[in-house]
Amino acid sequence: MSNRLINWFRFASPHNFYPLAGRMIPVFWTLSALFGIAGLWMGFFVAPTDAQQGEGYRIIFVHVPTSWLSMFIYMVMATWSGIGLSLNARLSSMMAQALAPTGALMAFLSLWTGAFWGKPMWGTWWVWDARLTSELILFFLYLGFMALQASIDDPRRADKAGAIVALVGAVNVPIIYFSVKWWNTLHQGSSINLAKSSMAVTMLWGMLLMALCFWMYSIAMALTRVRTIILERETHTDWVKELPEVKT
Amino acid sequence: MIWNSSAEFFAMGGYGLYVWGSFGVCALAMIVEPFLVKKRHNQILQTLRHQVLAEKLEKETL
Amino acid sequence: MNAILAVARRDLLMVMRRKSEVLTALFFFVIVTSLFPLGIGPEPTLLRKIAPGVLWVAALLATMLGLQRMFAADHADGTLEQMAISPTPLVMLVVGKIGAHWLVSGLPLVLVAPVLGIQFDLDGSALGVLVVALLLGTPLLSLIGSIGAALTLGVRGGGVLLSLLVLPLFIPALIFGAGAVEAHISGLGAGGHLSLLAAMLALAVFFAPWATTAALRIALE
Repeated sequence: MSNRLINWFRFASPHNFYPLAGRMIPVFWTLSALFGIAGLWMGFFVAPTDAQQGEGYRIIFVHVPTSWLSMFIYMVMATWSGIGLSLNARLSSMMAQALAPTGALMAFLSLWTGAFWGKPMWGTWWVWDARLTSELILFFLYLGFMALQASIDDPRRADKAGAIVALVGAVNVPIIYFSVKWWNTLHQGSSINLAKSSMAVTMLWGMLLMALCFWMYSIAMALTRVRTIILERETHTDWVKELPEVKT
Repeated sequence: MIWNSSAEFFAMGGYGLYVWGSFGVCALAMIVEPFLVKKRHNQILQTLRHQVLAEKLEKETL
Repeated sequence: MNAILAVARRDLLMVMRRKSEVLTALFFFVIVTSLFPLGIGPEPTLLRKIAPGVLWVAALLATMLGLQRMFAADHADGTLEQMAISPTPLVMLVVGKIGAHWLVSGLPLVLVAPVLGIQFDLDGSALGVLVVALLLGTPLLSLIGSIGAALTLGVRGGGVLLSLLVLPLFIPALIFGAGAVEAHISGLGAGGHLSLLAAMLALAVFFAPWATTAALRIALE
């Protein structure tokens, strides 16, 4: 076994991951800021006005990234949860726990920006289109995960129960999306079509950069939160008590 | 530069409320969330400090 | 197979001694469906339109009410632990319990639904589709619900938490179940919807008991 292989597994222990996460956080904040500046520049000063939607379409530069992130984070959360359950790895479950609130926030922002986009474009604050409805259900799945973990006192039981919820949810997300899409096309026809017809390259770039911005932000947030969770769950250990920030 | 004036930029062709309502809430969220996490982190640090202090005092009195 | 039937028979016996629980859920179904016309108005064309959705949502909620019963009593008196350490695989016993739950909570809904459908002025063939859809859908609800029931065993705020966990997962069943009846009424034919419902049921029969068993073992640790 090479030394490098052993090195990676070292970080599966909260004790070793804590300082590593601490060093990574500023990197991700910086990346987020850089991508954000680039994305906002693209979105507001380079991308042209849309023929049909005027300036209002610019909301996609936050709506689409938050939607993508909400789904991506859910999958990552479910993966870490599954690893924590199958390998009995505490830190993996802690990571899932750390990701959930950020993912839920992304889902909420997706719904909010979706509504703010819908009002000027389609006249109402809420439309039951397939994507927004699926997003709403995803938001409920996040809330269920967080509520279940919050209501179980024993942390290990909460980890494992949460893992089952996350995994069952992950399997159901495609089923839910498909069924909502079917339901929507039957009931509403094609009146609502998010501006996908011909997107200028600059618009795509703007969306991509903003997505990267939110992604880096989410990683930074998850790492920050997991450090807090590690401290909360490892209060009895010596290494925590020896931390410089604890010894003041 | 697409915008002829800053007033035009803020108006966003009449969609100002919606565009800034969206970007604004996202920006707000990205400030509030880190703030809340930081607060939670400080709380646990405080708890840990008290715990360490209590153990130290306990050892001294023994 | 014997184990499954034995567990199912035991659960049914226990329910027969306390018929009130079962009947309460059934009455809930009836009352809730009656509330909608009272709230919306008696106009038959409108009622016919909302009937599939209303009946399905009421069936969902009525099933939800009975879910906690699946494991709570056995968990409280230690029977569940005995089941977990018995030589019979826990999965088999879980299947038996889910089956019994459906017989008690789901099947009555299927039998009563046509009567309620008449209240909404649905015609005979639509009622037939409704019955088939519910026949496929209610076991699906019991299977998915069993996962939630196992996860929230002995947890604070169990009932409401169970709803929050399980209702989003019920949504595909709701969409295709109600959709089947609507499709039939509008002349498009319920075949597609019912096939999808059947497919989901088949998937759930295979996977849900495993998830429930895993959740039970976690709850029993």
